[in-house]
Amino acid sequence: MIPALFIGFSLLLLVSGLMVVLHKSPVTSAMFLVVAFCALAGIYILLHAEFIGMVQVIVYAGAIMVLFLFVIMYLNLGHDPEHGATILLRRLIGWIAGALVVLQGAMLFAGRWALGPTSTEAPPLGGNTQALGQLLYSRFLFPFEITSLVLLVAMVGAIVISKGRSTRTPDPIPHAPHAGLQAVLRPGDTVTPPTPPGGGEA
Amino acid sequence: MIPTAWPLAVSAVLFTIGIIGVLVRRNAIVIFMSVELMLNAANLAFVAFGDALKTLDGQVFVFFVMAVAAAEVAVGLAIIVNLFRLRESVFVDEINLLKG
Amino acid sequence: MKRLLADALQKYHVWAAEHPDPTFAIWAFIKIFIILNVTLVVVSYLVWAERKICGRMQGRFGPNRVGWFGLLQPWADVVKLFFKEEFVPGSANKVLYSIAPALAIVPALISFSIVPFGPGLHVTDLNVGLLLFLAMSSIGVYAVTLGGWASNNKYALIGGLRSSAQMISYELAMGISTIGVLLLAGSLSMVDIVKAQEHTWFVAFQPVAFLMFMITAFAETNRTPFDLPEAESELVAGFHTEYSSMKFGLFFLGEYSNVITICSIAVTLFLGGWNGPWLPQSLKFLWFFAKLAVLVFVFVWARWTLPRFRYDQLMDLGWKVLLPVSIANVMLTAVVVYMRVPR
Repeated sequence: MIPALFIGFSLLLLVSGLMVVLHKSPVTSAMFLVVAFCALAGIYILLHAEFIGMVQVIVYAGAIMVLFLFVIMYLNLGHDPEHGATILLRRLIGWIAGALVVLQGAMLFAGRWALGPTSTEAPPLGGNTQALGQLLYSRFLFPFEITSLVLLVAMVGAIVISKGRSTRTPDPIPHAPHAGLQAVLRPGDTVTPPTPPGGGEA
Repeated sequence: MIPTAWPLAVSAVLFTIGIIGVLVRRNAIVIFMSVELMLNAANLAFVAFGDALKTLDGQVFVFFVMAVAAAEVAVGLAIIVNLFRLRESVFVDEINLLKG
Repeated sequence: MKRLLADALQKYHVWAAEHPDPTFAIWAFIKIFIILNVTLVVVSYLVWAERKICGRMQGRFGPNRVGWFGLLQPWADVVKLFFKEEFVPGSANKVLYSIAPALAIVPALISFSIVPFGPGLHVTDLNVGLLLFLAMSSIGVYAVTLGGWASNNKYALIGGLRSSAQMISYELAMGISTIGVLLLAGSLSMVDIVKAQEHTWFVAFQPVAFLMFMITAFAETNRTPFDLPEAESELVAGFHTEYSSMKFGLFFLGEYSNVITICSIAVTLFLGGWNGPWLPQSLKFLWFFAKLAVLVFVFVWARWTLPRFRYDQLMDLGWKVLLPVSIANVMLTAVVVYMRVPR
């Protein structure tokens, strides 16, 4: 049953990956990528990496792809138009690369490059997460701390970059309300009615 | 259970699909998504080998790759948004101001 | 007759011992079938309960025309929703428009597979059960985002983007507030967490985390006081403006099943799951449902009592208050656990 599950998940993964690359609309590509990540999480669980499988759904499918979707919606991207003389060259590259993929897949599945023994069940004592934690905080402590710095830098960097240059227009001078105008007017002053800011665009 | 060659084959094919995406598509965001596909293919190879060698090192590497990929996506999308504001387009063919 | 039954049972045991995988699959299917049916009925009656409680809090009776005490009201609602005309906006993205309501309810139902209703009464004992719940709440963001985008309507889009920003902001605080429980129980498995609460419920050790979990639960399920995205008086109906008939019904049911799911998780993590005095092991699931009823009542109570947060107040609360407090809670818990472990 497990090999059948693996084949099912990997077919889903490869087909969704192909649709990500081939579909014209970026939103649909993003949704196919979400499907691909969820299929990949299933494969991870089959390979005894349960923690990584769940983290894949939480981080990749649940956070990174939401960020992609936000940006696509913010930029209001529609279908990708295709024009120009380079279209033929691109199609050619696509077909050649596709043929290479099929050839590669066939050779690998036929076992030409098979290596190593089959993986048997060997769940570590204390569960997958606990063992992973013990490894992470002992041998891999330094990369762990560096990764936290990377995330901090990325957070700050993303905010600084997307804020852009501060070319803010100065705040409009607030017009005095009519009631208060009487107090500052002197005889002989003419009053022009205040214009609404922005011209009243909808 | 599962022969080690199978997840490796899937990883290789997925990686190649990612490369096709980077080469063929012109939308910067779709190119970015194909890069994510490639990263995930590498993650799958790590986990497959970790499982075959009965060690958890593969999964630890995947953990770090995921964290760094998340950071990269945040910064990359910020750059794309900024680029869109400047050039009004996300198609990499049209962002060629330094060319020639 | 009794001999025939005993014979069949014996044959079944022999077959089950030889085929463990299909046996597990069949039992899992049966449990899932029961859970899904019971959940959907309970969700519809939660709608009835909400309307009754809301009515009483507002000084009037709730629905009491359709059957005794209005108990047939949910059936009337379902029939009405089925018979409404369903029209899809012309320029909407048809596929995403249809998928979004399904994405609203499916993650909530999947999270039920790890909740232990009683001793031995769980669909599966996943060793990363808590992470499955967090993963499903991450997937639930897509329902709102896609619903808002696919409707091709500016009110829906604004509502959808607001709601998804709110959900991902509060997801962080929710996840971190459950880490305290994880530290105390020593395992991510829900069954282990409930077993670790046999002596004392975790709410006694983690009151701040419980409070934060409840606050973020309100935000995750888009319930008042965090329901600005579907603010009835502001954005028409937020992200489900353009939805009608059963698609709207699915969003509606999805919201209520999210409430029940998150309350079940809160009961499991903080209120001791099925632990309780005086009942024999086979009836302990009644304790679970009693605690669940109390928490769901708190949800309904809060909706009809508290006013709505403004959007910037909401985001301030999520990032500037809940996140630092939850991290401080984790650090404090970690220090205390470390000092109490005998060396």
